[in-house]
Amino acid sequence: MKILVAVKRVIDYNVQIRVKEDNTGVVTDNVKMSTNPPDDNAIEEAVKIKESGTATEVIAVSVGEEKAQETVRKALAVGADRGILIKADGILEPLAVSKLLQKIVEKEKPDLVFMGKQAIDDDCNQTGQMLSALLNWPQATFASKIEIKDKKLEVTREIDEGLETIEINIPAIVTCDLRLNEPRYASLPNIMKAKKKPIEQINASDLGVDTSPRIEQIKVEEPPKRKAGIKVKSVAELVQKLKNEAKVI
Amino acid sequence: MSVLLVAEHNHKELKPFTLNAVTAASQMDTDLHAVIIGNNCGDAAKKLSELPLVKKVIQVEAAHYENFVAENFAPVIVKLAENYSHVVCSANTFGKNLMPRIAASLDTSQVSDIIKVISADTFLRPIYAGNAFATVKSKDPKKCITIRPTSFDPCESSGGSAPIEKAEPSKEFNNTKFVKREEIKSDRPELGTARVVVSGGRGMQSGDNFKLITSVADKLNAAIGASRAAVDAGYISNDHQVGQTGKVVVPDLYIAIGISGAIQHLAGMKESKVIVAINKDGEAPIFSVADYGLEADLFEAVPQFIEELNKLNTIQK
Repeated sequence: MKILVAVKRVIDYNVQIRVKEDNTGVVTDNVKMSTNPPDDNAIEEAVKIKESGTATEVIAVSVGEEKAQETVRKALAVGADRGILIKADGILEPLAVSKLLQKIVEKEKPDLVFMGKQAIDDDCNQTGQMLSALLNWPQATFASKIEIKDKKLEVTREIDEGLETIEINIPAIVTCDLRLNEPRYASLPNIMKAKKKPIEQINASDLGVDTSPRIEQIKVEEPPKRKAGIKVKSVAELVQKLKNEAKVI
Repeated sequence: MSVLLVAEHNHKELKPFTLNAVTAASQMDTDLHAVIIGNNCGDAAKKLSELPLVKKVIQVEAAHYENFVAENFAPVIVKLAENYSHVVCSANTFGKNLMPRIAASLDTSQVSDIIKVISADTFLRPIYAGNAFATVKSKDPKKCITIRPTSFDPCESSGGSAPIEKAEPSKEFNNTKFVKREEIKSDRPELGTARVVVSGGRGMQSGDNFKLITSVADKLNAAIGASRAAVDAGYISNDHQVGQTGKVVVPDLYIAIGISGAIQHLAGMKESKVIVAINKDGEAPIFSVADYGLEADLFEAVPQFIEELNKLNTIQK
């Protein structure tokens, strides 16, 4: 079994982002970048499946600028066997990314494609479902548990009402939730070893996919600020304020 | 051209957020039709037809629509979409799972989780966990939009009498099979629509201590929320998680207890009307969004809070 895992390079989840003064986007220069957090869960799950003997190869793929290579390299350091970087500049919408991934799936013929359920930068939550539609494969989104049963997967999904379990036939797409597993850290020897693992570079333009944006970003602004509140000294004062000032209890 | 709204329901009733989605869709174009896909969903279809903003209901029924599997739903909607300029549904786990499948089949770049309709093709949406707002204009001929339900008021739910038309179901998708759904039943208000939400975080220290949260919630007829840290630690189930990757709530009163206030949590609650934070760390970021902050050990403050609430004899339900 071969597993393809898509990883995205995003602003680190701990960074307080800043909106550019000209309102064209957010500041990314000199800002710490990391792997999109649920993509780490996707890599971890694929590597665990390989370690259990069920998968034979884990391929990490990323789409983006040259520097996204670091994100692929990090996936190699935690256990992926080889990497693919699809080089493309500018804003890439999930539709374009899923079309590029479709080309890689057609070439690599994986049995499973894993990725995070959502990227924490654009918060779109689309790519896995779109890829699944383009391939006409089954999809298991927001996965918090995956069990492999022969040519099927049983996946527990986190939904608004609680949990849902579905069974999907392989080949399939799974988008991973943060509670799927605990991603490991890369050890120094594995970081060194990852430097020798191959990363194939492909230009998006060579894949015959039109990646031009369909959505025009007119402006990006700071959200309205909340007025600073007050600190109360006691529980009694808190209750009095809630009752008489805010009038919410 | 007109707008097609995808209704969310349980075959008998409409899910509450369908009403919010109708409001949002009607702001894109008033010629609004709604599709309901289910199994023996006549009751819910009738309720949909009673929404005054809905001009026509399209009902599609088959056994394989019983469990709302996106792979079964998408082809029906893609076919119907020929006649519409917009396809709209809520950005909850139902809509998030379904809409991108429709959008990709229509070769449309979806606009997710909008909080405002500026015009028929221009929308406001939060990015980076709500730390920036983007104004975006869709250039696709057909638009696929998911809306953040808490950013739109529910529409009027009675008085309408739209015609109900039946449409043909599509073939069953055989590679996905529903197994089971474990819904957590509760008598409390739903987290997404509750007037008051009481949330606990890692500061609760154990699942057992969450009974303090439950007691406060009982007093205020509130829904119970949690930070991701509390859910990850196993104190409470995932359906309570508030935040960037959980639920977004906008109650009149949000009480954060033992929650430090990571930006991912703030993304899910900072639009609440009144925010209270109880935390022993005076530097915790939650205080930066709190209207009323109490720097105190929650294990002393919360029992006192419950006592004070007991003294009040007029709790609004």
